[in-house]
Amino acid sequence: MPFRIVPDDTTVPFMRFARWGFPASVVAMVASLVLFFVVGLNLGIDFRGGTLIEVQSQSGAVDIGSIRQTLQPLELGDFEVQGFGSGNEAVIRIATQPGGDEAQQAAVQKVQDALGFDAYNYRRVEVVGPRVSGELAETGTIAVLVTLVGVLLYIWFRFEWQFAIGAIASLLHDVILTIGFFTITQIEFNLSSIAAILTIVGYSLNDTVVIFDRVREMLRKFKQTPIRGIIDLSVNQTLSRTLLTSLTTLIALAALFFFGGAVIRSFTAAMIWGVFIGTYSTVFIAAPMLIFFNLRPEKVAAPEAAKKPAAS
Amino acid sequence: MLYFARWKIVLIILVLVAGVIVTLPNLFSAATVQAWPSFMPKRQIVLGLDLRGGAHLLLQVERDSLVKDRLQTLVGDVRQTLRDERIGYRNLRSRGESVTFTLREPSEADRVMQLLRPLTNPVQSGLFGQGSVSEVEVSRDGAQVTLNLTEAGLEERTRSAVEQSLSVLGRRINALGTTEPTIQREGDDRILVQVPGLEDTSRLKEILGQTAKMTFHLECPEGDVVSAQQGRPPAGCEIVEPADPNDGPVLVESRARLSGDDLVDAQPAFDQQTNTPIVTFRFNSRGGSIFGQLTQQNVGRRFAVVLDNKYITAPVIRSPILGGSGQIEGNFTVESAQNLAVLLRAGALPADLTIVEERTVGPSLGRDSIAAGEIAALIGTAGVVVFMVLVYGLFGVFANFALICNIVLLLALLTLLQATLTLPGIAGIVLTVGMAVDANVLIFERIREEAKLGRSAINAIEAGFSRALGTILDANITTLIAAFALFALGSGPIRGFAVTLALGILTTVFTAFVLTRFIVAVWVRSQRPKTVPI
Repeated sequence: MPFRIVPDDTTVPFMRFARWGFPASVVAMVASLVLFFVVGLNLGIDFRGGTLIEVQSQSGAVDIGSIRQTLQPLELGDFEVQGFGSGNEAVIRIATQPGGDEAQQAAVQKVQDALGFDAYNYRRVEVVGPRVSGELAETGTIAVLVTLVGVLLYIWFRFEWQFAIGAIASLLHDVILTIGFFTITQIEFNLSSIAAILTIVGYSLNDTVVIFDRVREMLRKFKQTPIRGIIDLSVNQTLSRTLLTSLTTLIALAALFFFGGAVIRSFTAAMIWGVFIGTYSTVFIAAPMLIFFNLRPEKVAAPEAAKKPAAS
Repeated sequence: MLYFARWKIVLIILVLVAGVIVTLPNLFSAATVQAWPSFMPKRQIVLGLDLRGGAHLLLQVERDSLVKDRLQTLVGDVRQTLRDERIGYRNLRSRGESVTFTLREPSEADRVMQLLRPLTNPVQSGLFGQGSVSEVEVSRDGAQVTLNLTEAGLEERTRSAVEQSLSVLGRRINALGTTEPTIQREGDDRILVQVPGLEDTSRLKEILGQTAKMTFHLECPEGDVVSAQQGRPPAGCEIVEPADPNDGPVLVESRARLSGDDLVDAQPAFDQQTNTPIVTFRFNSRGGSIFGQLTQQNVGRRFAVVLDNKYITAPVIRSPILGGSGQIEGNFTVESAQNLAVLLRAGALPADLTIVEERTVGPSLGRDSIAAGEIAALIGTAGVVVFMVLVYGLFGVFANFALICNIVLLLALLTLLQATLTLPGIAGIVLTVGMAVDANVLIFERIREEAKLGRSAINAIEAGFSRALGTILDANITTLIAAFALFALGSGPIRGFAVTLALGILTTVFTAFVLTRFIVAVWVRSQRPKTVPI
């Protein structure tokens, strides 16, 4: 028979924890930014330009050392060879060659000539020229910013402005900490990482909006309760939903992580991280912002006849 | 909330049945599906290159080469005009994006400006013809005249160069005999070429990357290569390097007597005596007669066939060639002869193209990705299904039924829209599975709460659905915003992810809010429950 993941009438004083959680998050964000500027992301070829070649050995396990030796005399500049996926594949990454777009193509040719087509199967060749890589970084950044602005406007339109600020603060938190995650793990940051960030934004927002919705409802219902109490009440009421959805999403992501293949593993890893911080940021960043920006006092006491209630 | 009009019930069932029928072909191989009777749907989901394997090349029209071409013509036009009118000038040359010269007689300046006026005439631009741009601006500073290429004119050139390149590339790629290549404009000056199933891209790149501008030049009547290399070539002549590094340079007339545009056909062949690969060609009637005259009048002189500024061959004309056809004997391999024939048949590109991005996926990786994606999707779905039953019991079963329908509808939409499914797209589906139940969770939790407040089962269910709707909509619309941003700014695979994410939201709202409600309504009606089993 069904079981409860959270006992009924749970009353966790979340906002008391937020007193610690909020500053802790600020510290984590600052640390992420410092790391980002000092250590930097492990940028993939999408943003740095260069060449990626995935080879599969036709005869069992791939010998990374021998590939390295074969490529050494080719004067390719910076290159690295890494095992990838199962034991039979390796990824060769070559830095952008001097001499424009044609030089990048020539590098691929050199590698294929040197390794030959008998011993290796070329599973993937990606060449991003110097002109394109800059643009990709630019559009990626724009995508994230456009999303944030779009969300800001939507929530502003549907709720009070404090909610919009809270949502954006928590999204910035998520984006910055995800960048921190990429910096610390040094997982390659590429186009799909941007997709991961945007999906995290979407997920975190989903979570935030659900709780905000509840906060709005409770504000109308209990006109005398201070905002702190309202938030605690709302978070507790939606807690089992929060946990259930996080769990089902994590189940799906875990399946992707372990069985979805090596190509999207970094994407999935970032998403798993995102589910955690997205859930966290709703309670410890978005909600406290409502207190911080004084949502309660005179504002909500007045009946909101003009606004169409959405959740009641 | 729990009452459904009959037509709504019919509609829900129709949507589900249609979803299943449309999705069905995806479970079978393409060959099997083709053999089905004609009333069955045959469309399958379009797989992206990262799943089916193939080449993705992004080419850029080189503006510099367009400018260079344009300036060369402009210099020629100016020279012709001034010569025809016997106007003295010096220092006619191109610099940057302009052509300058100095008049010997500054008094002629006004007349020259008048004469050059036709060069500045606006050319029609745009498909709709409402805009027209001047490609050239003339200005004068004393005796010095400057002709400037305008920005608008160059943009127009680039646009039309992309347009022309699309069709030239199309002809070239079709000659490779691959299936379903797509060639499309990307931005202002780029062309995206996608060729599914192509594993070795070196030939494709060879064929795409070459401008293939072929010209025929007569040997320069005076002077020789050596002295030209040391000093300056005689007027109207230039040195052309060989394509084959074993040959030496030749000195030819700058003026091309014939060009690739005059060809109607080119085929790879074998020379009958030496049995080496050659390329035979045929001129159109105009080209044929010029060629005939040329060879008649210049027996004993050399004749260079120049491809992209390098000569392939420069034989001595032994006898007049009158039939309008001939052959090129370069140092060909079978393959390079084939390539050249393809290039000549397809015509020259109006500008140089450079490959600025390449993403090629071999078929084995694509197959592995599909298999991995399928397994992940199955395991993920199974995990979520079990979890939901554990947490919600009977209502979990309802949610699971809705979830399965959700996936079927999502696949059906992908099939109908012929949206491209990519590997990140599969990830999007799996993620949708995880997040789709959120809507049901929201509803069920709400029902639970309402029941706790002491409402009757039916009341609680009613209230649960209606109160959760606003939340579900708000939550999903915000995610949709993120999906739109991904779609608008992403490329290829990322776009595929955005599409599945966005469609997933639509199907989720439908299945959670309409389908689950319908199932619950049916259940309520048949069981008349006193309490809510969640």
